[in-house]
Amino acid sequence: MNNNDTIRKTLVVAISLCLVCSALISFSAVELRDLQEANKTLDKQSKILSAAGLLDKDTDVTELFQSIEARIVNLETGEFDSEISLTDYEESAFSRDPATSIELTSENDIALLKRRENFQTVYLHYDVDSLNAVILPVRGYGLWGTMKGYLALEPDLKTIIGLEFFDHKETPGLGGEIDNPKWKSIWKGKEVYSDSGDILISVIKGSVDKSSTLAKYQVDGLSGATITSNGVTNLLSFWLGDMGYGPLIDQLKQSEVKDV
Amino acid sequence: MSKAKEVLLNPIFNDNPIALQILGICSALAVTGNLYITLIMCVALTTVVTLSNLSVSLIRNHIPTNIRIIVQISIIATLVMLVDEVLQAFDYESSKTLSVFVGLIVTNCIVMGRAEAFAMKNGPLMSAIDGFGNGLGYSVILIVIAIIREFVGAGTFYGIEIMPLTTNGGWYLANNFFLTPASSFFIIGFTIWALRQWKTEQIEEPEFKISKNSLEGEKGAA
Repeated sequence: MNNNDTIRKTLVVAISLCLVCSALISFSAVELRDLQEANKTLDKQSKILSAAGLLDKDTDVTELFQSIEARIVNLETGEFDSEISLTDYEESAFSRDPATSIELTSENDIALLKRRENFQTVYLHYDVDSLNAVILPVRGYGLWGTMKGYLALEPDLKTIIGLEFFDHKETPGLGGEIDNPKWKSIWKGKEVYSDSGDILISVIKGSVDKSSTLAKYQVDGLSGATITSNGVTNLLSFWLGDMGYGPLIDQLKQSEVKDV
Repeated sequence: MSKAKEVLLNPIFNDNPIALQILGICSALAVTGNLYITLIMCVALTTVVTLSNLSVSLIRNHIPTNIRIIVQISIIATLVMLVDEVLQAFDYESSKTLSVFVGLIVTNCIVMGRAEAFAMKNGPLMSAIDGFGNGLGYSVILIVIAIIREFVGAGTFYGIEIMPLTTNGGWYLANNFFLTPASSFFIIGFTIWALRQWKTEQIEEPEFKISKNSLEGEKGAA
């Protein structure tokens, strides 16, 4: 008992403890990695499906996701990029690396992102052969942190199918109500662009006046969560604008005209 | 055997880690907004404190006094990381909601407190029982807070709708304050008061008495 405090014993105990602990952690990390990755993918897929209104409780998520095609898009040109493989693309790494991202000026940076990656993954859903939904990853600052989600648009590229957030830090019961199914349901059918192409979609304070001509571009605000509501408006304005998916949306519109 | 029973049951009401020892308050504030998440947290903490007490006790005769706190923390941190890994693999939704709070079990004073105060001096079996008992004591308080917060704040019990909310077309206007961690302060306070009304031996002696105001004394004399 008494000789526990010798330097030798101290070192032996410390080193062997470190070895045992690190072996345990490494073992569990390696053993469980596949399950964890699968969970993450499944979570992401179910949010994408949910935004597009395709989620069905009785059908397996992986199976439903078969109908969705993921494409890398160059945000500068709006064209699909085939050089970067889907597995290599990682949003956080791309948006940090100066080679694959641009710094936003305070004027442009309405969603408070600081940097914007030059490439993004977008998801296209086809029903048989015709385009059924375009699902765009969006993100922007709310009250406490970045809100990340998916916006699904109809093939006309201006009508919303759904908006689903998968990661946010808003206050439960206030800003956290962006997850409320009832609130999410009012997004369906709202339009983002006016006929002349201006971005009009916004979350307003209070309830939408149904008789107003702007009603189809407006969504009821979340009570007690003005900053979160504004954050949602800002992130949509950013990602639907020229700095976001504007070029892609133009390209898609043109290609549809060609198809016809 | 009766000693084992005492070690197991004492921390639940007689020597509750939260209500009497006032340890582990942080997570009692943070993760009690929803009963399901709270239960996951309780299971995680109980597992960690039981296993950390067991492991510390097993090697207690070989731990050099100089580095004993570091040894305890290493063991606890390892267990917490294991629990976090398992949670991410088997209950991804909860691990997302709990986020950093699973990791913060490392700093939960109950775990370290029991390792230092009990496991360093007692055998492995007793230590494990003590850890489990303290985990239960922590759980009891957290579950009480979570039930109250979820019911008043969201009108539900374990996710089942009891009082339909106005935001979902019902009649109950939710008290959003109860969804914020600050509300737990009040609920913990009332819980401690209720417990001490029942177990009066837990009432602490006031640390000092307020003496009579000297001015008042003079007035009385005049």
